[in-house]
Amino acid sequence: MNSFWKLVTSSVGKKLVMGITGTVLFAFVVVHMIGNLQVFLGRDAINHYAEFLQTNAELLWPTRIILAVCVVLHIFTGASLTLENRSKRGVAYDVKKIVGASLVSRTMFISGSIILCFIVYHILHFTTGTTNPEFMALKDAHGRHDVYRIILAGFANPWAAGFYVLGVGLLGFHLSHGVRALCETLGLRLENYAACIDRTAIVVAWILFLGFASVPVAVVLQVVR
Amino acid sequence: MKITVRVWRQKKAQSAGRFVEYPVEGANPDMSFLEMLDVLNEGLVKKGEEPVHFDSDCREGICGTCSCVINGEAHGPESRVTTCQTYMRSFKDGDTITVEPFRAKAFPLIKDLVVDRTAFDRIIQAGGFISVNTGAAPEANSIPVPKHASDLSMDAAACIGCGACVASCKNASASLFVAAKIAHLNLLPHGKPEKDRRALAMIQAMDAEGFGGCSVTGSCEAVCPKGIPISFISRMNRDYMVAALKMRE
Ligand code: HEM
Ligand code: FES
Repeated sequence: MNSFWKLVTSSVGKKLVMGITGTVLFAFVVVHMIGNLQVFLGRDAINHYAEFLQTNAELLWPTRIILAVCVVLHIFTGASLTLENRSKRGVAYDVKKIVGASLVSRTMFISGSIILCFIVYHILHFTTGTTNPEFMALKDAHGRHDVYRIILAGFANPWAAGFYVLGVGLLGFHLSHGVRALCETLGLRLENYAACIDRTAIVVAWILFLGFASVPVAVVLQVVR
Repeated sequence: MKITVRVWRQKKAQSAGRFVEYPVEGANPDMSFLEMLDVLNEGLVKKGEEPVHFDSDCREGICGTCSCVINGEAHGPESRVTTCQTYMRSFKDGDTITVEPFRAKAFPLIKDLVVDRTAFDRIIQAGGFISVNTGAAPEANSIPVPKHASDLSMDAAACIGCGACVASCKNASASLFVAAKIAHLNLLPHGKPEKDRRALAMIQAMDAEGFGGCSVTGSCEAVCPKGIPISFISRMNRDYMVAALKMRE
């Protein structure tokens, strides 16, 4: 008899945890990017969107809780898999040629760890305002939380803008393999779809990177001001 | 051809191993890599030294016995071949060739280049079979097999169980081997009755033997002498998920 715990803690079970939590996080970043791009529609549009999100506590908090659970599971399972997998070789090869395996597929834990640092900074910067308490006091003409000006002020610091671009760059990097891997893990990357999925993963990763990075770049170049 | 073989020598599992360099004078480009090792060993025997131990059997790429890592690649530099089908024309005159055993905790070393791959046998014992009554051959048309299923099953059945996937994977994962063996049987009507149990049992056996998990790097499919694609691993994950959701076994 297989207990649920035994099934999810096998090597394939842990990958399923990675794949499912990765899919939820991926879905979130896609929606987040689309939300962010409203900055190009002007101050009113994005402030309205932010108000919509923040005034719906019944939606906001469940979403936050689900995301937090996924992040925690993703990190713990990822760390556990990485440590386990690293211990399986025994004696190292003297000469090792890397064949077939891309750089990103071999460094998911490193890209993930830097993304984690970025997520923590990003939340302290824009969500809680811990790094810049003055942001949270900004209000627009309708008395709404002035997300538009927070973005402008946040990226006025070129270091913050630079770290943001680096963070989303690594996110794109992580997902250029992650999207392909999650399809593989969830049993979708079968014979006829494999090549198409691999190409789509790379295109999707680029779209996410360019979509996210366009905001700080536009602020630094004063396209958005 | 004049080449130097830099090969791993280790008396037994417990002793310390090291690389030893041997010049090989009598190699020619038409020799297989194993024939070149035979030449080396004949020279060693003549000198009264212990020959280099390595595994081989069919020497035509079908048994999967010849296991070694040549210049950092399982089964050597050419793709889609085993070590016994690797020819000296793939190397240059004057080359120094490093030869190492397959490295994985689940493949403990026995001697020199010989490793113990019985872990694969135990994985097969866990579920790589179908239960049928023996006796007279059944009527061939009594169980129809869709063409696409038989084609795909045959692609998976091409796995010769050589272990190159394990040797090459950064996680020393046997996923490609196990996936091929599961798909081979699960795709056919004959394998259906034990489909769920097979997926769960063989994956559990794989973990218990000490192989790593899959990180989807694809290095296994790149070195597989039979070109088995990692899409079979996706199929295995699907079978595992379905079996786990049924929670019957
Ligand atoms: C928004 C942030 C993130 C997203 C969207 C994301 C997404 C993904 C996806 C889709 C996968 C593929 C899952 C699979 O193989 O089935 C993956 C794998 C992985 N992620 Fe993340 N991830 C994020 C953050 C992180 C963080 C913070 C870490 C850890 C510190 C991390 C570590 C890993 C590791 C180690 C793997 C590979 C596991 C393996 O194959 O062995 N990720 N990620
Ligand atoms: S000796 Fe049989 S495959 Fe090489």
